[in-house]
Amino acid sequence: MKFAILVFPGSGCDVDMHRALNGVFGKEATLVWHTDAAQLADYDAVVVPGGAAYGDYLRPGALAKGSDAMTHLQAFAKSGKLVLGVGNGFQILTEAGLLPGALLQNKSLKFQTGAAKLTVENAISQFTAEYNKGEEITIPFAHQYGNYYVDQETLKEMKENDQIAFTYADEFDQGSTEKIAGVLNKEGNVLGMMPLPERAVEEILGHVDGQRLFKSILKKVE
Amino acid sequence: MTKVNVYVTLRESVVDPQGSAAETALHNLGYEEVKSVRIGKLIELELEGTSAEVEARVDGMCKELLVNRVIEDYRFEIEEA
Amino acid sequence: MEPNAQQVKEEKLYRQMGMTDEEFDRAVNSLGRLPNYTETGLFSALWSEHCSYKSSKPVLKKFPTSGERVLQGPGEGAGIVDIGDNQAAVFKMESHNSPSAIEPFIGAATGAGGVLRDVFSMGARPVALVNSLRFGDLSAARDRFLFREAVAGIASYGNGIGIPTIAGEAQFDNCYSTRPLVNAMAVGLLNHEDIQKGRAAGVGNTVMYAGAKTGRDGIHGATMSSSELTVEEDTEFPVMQAGDPFLEKLVMDACLELAKSDALVGMQDMGAAGLTSAAAEMASSAGYGVELNLDLVPQREEGMTAYEMMLSESQERMLFVVKKGREQEVIDLFTKYGVEAVAVGHVTDDKMLRLVHKGEVVAEVSADALAEDAPVYYKESKEPDYFKEFQAMEMTEPVVNDYKETLKALLARPTIASKKWIYEQFDTHARRNTVVAPGSSAGVIRVEGTNKGLAMTSDCNSRYVYLDPETGGKIAVAEAARNLICSGAEPLALTDCLNFGNPDKPEVFWQFEKAADGISAACLAVGSPVISGNVSMSNEVNGVAIQPTPTIGMVGLVHDLSHVMTTNAKSAGDSIYVIGEADLSFGGSELQQMTEGKITGQAPAIDLEVEAARQKALLSAIQNDLVASATDLSEGGFAVALCEKVFGTENLGADVTIAGSAVTALFSETQSRFLVTVKEENIAAFEAAVQDAVKIGVVTDDAKLSVRGEENAVLIEGTVEEFQKEWEGALQCLLNSED
Repeated sequence: MKFAILVFPGSGCDVDMHRALNGVFGKEATLVWHTDAAQLADYDAVVVPGGAAYGDYLRPGALAKGSDAMTHLQAFAKSGKLVLGVGNGFQILTEAGLLPGALLQNKSLKFQTGAAKLTVENAISQFTAEYNKGEEITIPFAHQYGNYYVDQETLKEMKENDQIAFTYADEFDQGSTEKIAGVLNKEGNVLGMMPLPERAVEEILGHVDGQRLFKSILKKVE
Repeated sequence: MTKVNVYVTLRESVVDPQGSAAETALHNLGYEEVKSVRIGKLIELELEGTSAEVEARVDGMCKELLVNRVIEDYRFEIEEA
Repeated sequence: MEPNAQQVKEEKLYRQMGMTDEEFDRAVNSLGRLPNYTETGLFSALWSEHCSYKSSKPVLKKFPTSGERVLQGPGEGAGIVDIGDNQAAVFKMESHNSPSAIEPFIGAATGAGGVLRDVFSMGARPVALVNSLRFGDLSAARDRFLFREAVAGIASYGNGIGIPTIAGEAQFDNCYSTRPLVNAMAVGLLNHEDIQKGRAAGVGNTVMYAGAKTGRDGIHGATMSSSELTVEEDTEFPVMQAGDPFLEKLVMDACLELAKSDALVGMQDMGAAGLTSAAAEMASSAGYGVELNLDLVPQREEGMTAYEMMLSESQERMLFVVKKGREQEVIDLFTKYGVEAVAVGHVTDDKMLRLVHKGEVVAEVSADALAEDAPVYYKESKEPDYFKEFQAMEMTEPVVNDYKETLKALLARPTIASKKWIYEQFDTHARRNTVVAPGSSAGVIRVEGTNKGLAMTSDCNSRYVYLDPETGGKIAVAEAARNLICSGAEPLALTDCLNFGNPDKPEVFWQFEKAADGISAACLAVGSPVISGNVSMSNEVNGVAIQPTPTIGMVGLVHDLSHVMTTNAKSAGDSIYVIGEADLSFGGSELQQMTEGKITGQAPAIDLEVEAARQKALLSAIQNDLVASATDLSEGGFAVALCEKVFGTENLGADVTIAGSAVTALFSETQSRFLVTVKEENIAAFEAAVQDAVKIGVVTDDAKLSVRGEENAVLIEGTVEEFQKEWEGALQCLLNSED
């Protein structure tokens, strides 16, 4: 299984994701610079990592949407292969229209870091099959635009299609609509989430509940 | 050369915590007559073409990049420079 | 029209640039002619205190700066210390006090940006940030504003560039009201062969410029940071350039790739005094000259003069020298990251800094004269009257009627209260190596690819330094080392930020000298030399100096990550030990300030031999897995440390009995003390290893705190929650208050 990590200028958490996939899970993972995005088709899954692509200027994720890489990413997603966006990667996926909704500034108006308790809402997707529905897991987060917004009509559709992957079980929702923390696209092959599962895969760093997200992906694909 | 001011605001259905915080702060300063604060942004563009020519182009820019219509509304004013 | 050389002299225009008459004469002598306006600017910037250390040099010389692990001492962008396996830690602390007093968000943000450049200009990848903050006590709206904005500024830069902030401290005292201290420290890692230095060597090699364009912002920033702040209402603020962490990340990644290339000869960031200091220092340290064509310097504004370009302090700019003929590959490298890199000059053999602008030589000055020949001042030093008075005082216990309420009040003091409000705004875990995040004694990161860790902390109790600068200087170093020991790390070396008042006042200079003596003595005692640092003088508002604040940033090595230790007690049934006995140390204590509204008397005494011996014994016990948790006793004394043992744990409590006078036992700030917990099976081995340790009680599972004194008298009793509430909510509560 080959992962591509799609890197934009400013995507600082690309190395975090690489170390998790390659260092912890021993999988082949390549940092693909946004100008080389035509290569994406050669990979089995694409991860859009966290950080601050293009400095979060204009709106987080907006300028990445405007780059050439997006056409390739959209084609990749359309082919049915897996796309995971975490943190800023989630913001990019919503801006690009690959996922519904948008991310607003935190209700606290501040950047906030911590470890959030999430409820697993969908435990049958290709990203979450190793979890149990309703289970509480702990995943770290670090963001200033983590306030997920979606209009009521789209929300209804998302519920019908079981597109809500995770919700916050604590006070770290930052004002998100129905405390949503992670969403799937209709087809279930694109997941975006503000909490950062790659930061929860090693005991020494404090949390391990992110492991099963990656194991779900690996199991599905291999 | 034409100057265009694009005003981007949060859609009415979207909560604006920054605006609420500013409203509270204004009240604390004694400006109790303030009933609502909504914070948006102003984008100034300078571009080639007459005002008639730029209108459709600027609208495209807004839809494609400058504005996220899931959460934002926009309007723009064209000034002949 | 720019004034000519004659006018500069006759109208004494150099004075506006911060030069004295004597300094101007010195520059004239060194040049052998009158300097023109631009040349005067070059001298004034590089001979400012900020760049030349002209007043502090004689004192700084006394610091121990060598050691078997030291690969680079003070004098370069950052110091370097060996951590084994061909790797090294690179670090530096810097102040950004003046800018943060004027525009706190930008000031604090660019402080973080500048110190990061110091680290990556050495060829090291920055892996962590630390910050040390000093603000007024938050009772005034202006101080709350400054504090909020400075924290947000640091967060915006560190988070934006993706480097975790893993440690730091904040103290609050009204001596810093409207004149805050913002000290930022960056720590990086490199392999020995990748060490870069700021050298402009090899005649004909090309001088290149990369990063942001040069604007008119921050002109004479170096001179500004060397002067006092006068507070006037509604003054117009000078234009400050916002930091751009996005650009800095690109510049950093490009520079680190360049550092691996043999095309690179030397590299330095453009910090204080911008292009002038980078060019003159690189030429002078290599023994060469540099000629710059200013027409080639990327400019953000039109019509900039040579003077403006040379003295601009625009952020995110680097200067480097590459081998002749290799320019294009370097340009290509930077282009890949979207960063502009251009050739702006070349290295010469005449040791001059020569500037060409619009076809004319506009300045021609010896690089050594700029970088090395600044005057050195042996300032007058005088023991202040207050010192004698304080030393003669007889110390008594502050009056405490209710121990429990006093403890609660202490826990809510901003200096003691939880700093979560600050560090939850930082991305503490970026890059996925943070083993201990802020909130414990020190932060610890894993050294990627090894089982080792780097621990880091910053410390200084300025109240002690004010009462007794020598003792206070010793304590600052000792406390930093204690925090590393309590995290399971061996102290390696330190950097410092020496924040003082106006050195022209003999009493201030005396504080500076004595504090430096104390730091030196403690460095030797704990085996940590000074490898980099920064001096920030004239921290005064309307003629009143801050308390002297020599902030110490120290880095330690965790040899095996299984040794990592944190403050929190781990399990019920573990024994609680205190190391060191309490004595009457209330001078400068939080209790004294709280109950009397001022500090007087003698600072807590410190015996460096005892300190070093206890640190050594405790570290060895930790490394032998005999200790479950450890913390040192600092502000607020024993009672506060005991609370911190159980705050934030799952229902743990403590039941202890202490000897001696209750007020002293609970709240004295006696030095060289620790509070540790030990598992049942390790008790015998621990007691043999740490002979000063006395068992005082046990960790319980009832989430209650019980402290008994002589004859079993109840001193403090309550649920952990009622104390924790005070401690957790205090900062937020202070910040929410309205005038």
